[in-house]
Amino acid sequence: MRLTLKVWRQARGSKAGKFVSYPMDNANADMSMLECLDVLNEDLITRGEDPIAFEHDCREGICGSCGFMINGIAHGPQRATTVCQLTMRHFKDGEELTLEPWRAKAFPLIKDLVVDRRAFDRIIESGGYISVSTGSAPDGNAIPVAKEAADRAMDSAACISCGACVAACPNAAAALFTGAKITHLGILPQGKPEQDLRALRMVTQMNVEGFGGCTNIGECTGVCPKEIPLEVIAAMNRDYLRASWHARDNAVTSITPFTEWSTGSKLKVDPHP
Amino acid sequence: MELNGRIPTGPIEQVWDKARFDMKLVNPANKRRHHILVVGSGLAGASAAATLGELGYNVKCFCFQDSPRRAHSIAAQGGINAAKNYQNDGDSIYRLFYDTVKGGDFRAREANVYRLAEISVKIIDQCVAQGVPFAREYGGMLTNRSFGGAQVSRTFYARGQTGQQLLLGAYQALERQVQAGTVTMFARTEMLDLIVVDGKARGIVTRNLVTGEINVHLADCVVLATGGYGNVFYLSTNAKGSNVTACWRAHKRGALFANPCFTQIHPTCIPVSGEYQSKLTLMSESLRNDGRIWVPKQKGDHRPPNEIPESDRDYFLERRYPSFGNLVPRDVASRNAKMVCDEGRGVGSSGLGVYLDFSDAIRRLGRKAIEERYGNLFDMYQRITDEDPYVVPMRIYPAIHYTMGGLWVDYYLMSNLPGLFVAGEANFSDHGANRLGASALMQGLSDGYFIIPYTIGDYLANNKPIPVTESHPAVREAVESVQQITNKLLSIQGTRTVDSFHRELGKIVWDYCGMSRNAAGLEHAIGKIRELREEYWTNVRVLGSAEDFNQSLEKAGRVADFFELAELMCIDARERNESCGGHFREEYQTPDGEAQRDDQNYSYVAAWEYCGPGKAPELVKEPLEFNYVHPSQRSYK
Repeated sequence: MRLTLKVWRQARGSKAGKFVSYPMDNANADMSMLECLDVLNEDLITRGEDPIAFEHDCREGICGSCGFMINGIAHGPQRATTVCQLTMRHFKDGEELTLEPWRAKAFPLIKDLVVDRRAFDRIIESGGYISVSTGSAPDGNAIPVAKEAADRAMDSAACISCGACVAACPNAAAALFTGAKITHLGILPQGKPEQDLRALRMVTQMNVEGFGGCTNIGECTGVCPKEIPLEVIAAMNRDYLRASWHARDNAVTSITPFTEWSTGSKLKVDPHP
Repeated sequence: MELNGRIPTGPIEQVWDKARFDMKLVNPANKRRHHILVVGSGLAGASAAATLGELGYNVKCFCFQDSPRRAHSIAAQGGINAAKNYQNDGDSIYRLFYDTVKGGDFRAREANVYRLAEISVKIIDQCVAQGVPFAREYGGMLTNRSFGGAQVSRTFYARGQTGQQLLLGAYQALERQVQAGTVTMFARTEMLDLIVVDGKARGIVTRNLVTGEINVHLADCVVLATGGYGNVFYLSTNAKGSNVTACWRAHKRGALFANPCFTQIHPTCIPVSGEYQSKLTLMSESLRNDGRIWVPKQKGDHRPPNEIPESDRDYFLERRYPSFGNLVPRDVASRNAKMVCDEGRGVGSSGLGVYLDFSDAIRRLGRKAIEERYGNLFDMYQRITDEDPYVVPMRIYPAIHYTMGGLWVDYYLMSNLPGLFVAGEANFSDHGANRLGASALMQGLSDGYFIIPYTIGDYLANNKPIPVTESHPAVREAVESVQQITNKLLSIQGTRTVDSFHRELGKIVWDYCGMSRNAAGLEHAIGKIRELREEYWTNVRVLGSAEDFNQSLEKAGRVADFFELAELMCIDARERNESCGGHFREEYQTPDGEAQRDDQNYSYVAAWEYCGPGKAPELVKEPLEFNYVHPSQRSYK
C-alpha cells in the first residue's frame, strides 16, 4: 500500500516548525498508524535523517500516551479508536495523511508530534481524588453502590487522559476531561463528602491552566477514544454551581502552571567532557 | 555469598503480624527528614510513593512516561484476586495461599505468599474507598468472576479495565500527596544508574528525557518498582517503553537477579500478522470463562471454522484436563496450544493460532450477556483483526506477558544491597515459576500499599545514614559511567537501527528460551546473543544528540541492557535441569507431556551475582522449604 505522510516537524517548542511530506510504498493494511510511523522511522534513520518523535507506550489503547491529528481529526477517522489501534485499512491506497500534534495553549509542544500534557496531572492534583489514606478503609461491601451508579462511574472513569478532547475543541477546553473525573467520583457514595470542594478546585485549576471555556459544541465526545459522554460536562457545571453556594466559605487555591522540564539541579555535567 | 531471606519463624498465619510488631518505628516527627526515592509509578510504585507520603516521608517519584498514570499496570484487563469469600464458595486466605503456591509450581516462598493472600482482602477495601468502580450486583454488593488456576470465584474487576482503574486509584492517591507536598514527581525521567555508598543504596542517576540533563538524586533509600523485562522478547504484550534498565543497572551494582528464566507466556493473545508488528495484544484470560478453545482434529483442515462440525473439532483443554478444562493455568494452556500447532493443527494463515469460540456461550446466555462481560475486548479484537468474534471464533496464540523473575528480595522486600527495596513485578518474590491470573495486580498493590511502607520504616529506624554529597567518589563514578554509555552509543554511527537489533535478539530468545527450552538450544542461543551484542556495540546507528528529546537514544540504552539480561536468562534456563511452571525443559517431562519438577535438586531460588563484564555470573542458591503446601505433581486433570 502506498501512502504519503505529511508530518509536522518541529525540533523543539522554541523553534519554528513545518510540514514535511514522506512518500511511503511499504505500508500495509494490517499495520497500525504507529507501526506505519515505525517503518518510516526505520527508513529515516537508515537514510541518516532525524526520526519523527511521537508519544506511545502500551499500543493497546489504554495508556493514553499516543494521539495526534490525522487529516484534522483527533486520533483519525475511526470512532472510539486511538492512533495505536487505528489500522491502515481505513485509508485508501495512494492517500495523503496529514499528521499534526495536539494544538492547545495548555499543551506546549516538545518535539514533532509530542506535547506536554502535565496540565491534566495538575487538574487531578488539585482535587481529582478521594482523600482516604492507606489503611483507613472499611470493608469493601460496607458501602453498597447501586449497579447503575457503578456502571455510570465506570463510563466516566474510562478516560485515558490522551488530550484528544482538548485538541478537537475549537476553544481548546478541558471540560470533558475534568467533567469525567468529577462525575466518576461524584456519582459514588465514597466521593460525596468532597464533592463540592472537588468541583471548585478542579474547575479553578482547569481555568488557570489556560484551557478555553466550554461552549457545548461536542467535538470532544465525538473524538473521545473512550466515548466519554457529553453529560459529564453538565454534571461538572451543576456540581460547580452548587458548590459555589454550599462551599462558598472555602478559599480555593490553585497550582501555578509550569512548562519548564529542566529540574535545575546544581549538578551540571558536561555531556561531552 | 550467603543469602538470608530473613523469613520470620513461627506459624505461618502469625508471622506477618509478628514481623510487624518486631519492626522498629520511625518517630512521626522524624519521618519528613528521611528522603526516599521511588522509581516507577505503576501499581507498586504509585501506591508505595503515595503511602510513604501519607506517612510523612519526603518522597521523590520517577517515571519515564509523560505522566505517572501511564505506567503499564494500566493495561491489565481481567481483575484482581482477593480471598474475601463474598461468593460463599469456599474461599479463604489459606486457599488463595495454597492455589498460589501450587500455581507457582512450588518455586515461591511460602511465607511471602501467605502474606500476599492475607493482605489481598485489605487491598479491595482500600481500592473501593478510593472510588475504584468495581463491578457490582444489583443489590450494590461487589461481584466476582473466575480466573485460571482456581475453582473459586475470587476475582474483582472493573469491566475489562481493572488495571486501569486500580492504577488511577493509586495515581490519584499519589497526586494527592504531590499536592500535599510530601511527594515530588519527576515525569519523563529515566533512572540510568544506582548509587551505592559503603554497600548501601543511596541514590540514583537519572536522565531528563526532554532536556537530556543528567541529574543525581540522593536519599536514605531507594525503591525500584520498574516492572518486568518481557520486552527482551521484542514482541510481547508489554508497553513499548517497559524495560529492564533500572533493575539491570542495579544488578550490575551488586543486586542479585533471581530466577530470570521464569517468564510467563500468556495463552490468549492475538496472533502475529506481519514483520512490521511492534507488539502483541492480549485478550484477557477472563475470556476463557466462557470461550472454548479448539483446533480441527485433522491436520491441514482449512475449512472456515463455522463449517467444521462438532465431530471434527478437538477441544483439547477440555479433553486433557476435564476438571479445569479451559481454565487451566496459563503455562499449561500455552504449552498445549503450542503442542497442537506443532502437530500442524494450528489455524489462521500462519498456522500459529487456535480458536477461542464463544458460540456456545452466546447460545446459552445471549449476546447481551457476553457483550456486557467482554464487550470492550471483542471490540478491540475486531479493530485489530477486522473479524467479528460474535460471529467467527477468535484466533489466539500465546505471547510473552509477565516475568516472574526479578531482583532478589528478602521477606522485607529488600534486596541484598541494604537500602534497595524492590516492589511489584520488578522483584522475584511471590509467583514462583508461574503466576496465576489476577495475581499481579494483587502483588503490586500489596507490596506498595501494605508492605514496603512498614519495612522501609524498620530499615530507616535501624540504619542512620551517613551524609553523602554529590562530590562523593561513588556519585561521580556513577555519573561518569552513565555518560560513557550514552557517548558510546552516539559515537558508533553504524548501519543498523536499534529496533532491527532488538527484533533479532527477541527472535533468538523466543525461539530458544520461550515456551520450551533444551540444553543444546540454550547453548546455541548464548553464542548467538553474544555475537549479536558484539555487532550491536560496533554497528548500531543512533542519531541526534544527548542533550535533546531523543527517543532512539532512550531505546538504545534499554536494548543494550536487554542483551545482557538475555544471556543471563539462557544461562539460568540451562542451569535449571527440570521443568517447572513457565520454564519447560523438553528433556524433563512426564510421559504425558507435563512439566517434571526435580524437587530433590532444584527446590531453590537461583539468584545470580554480576561478576563484571565478560565474566560468568555466579549462582547463589536460596533453598525453599515447604511446610504447609507439600510439593506434588501439579495436576489440573
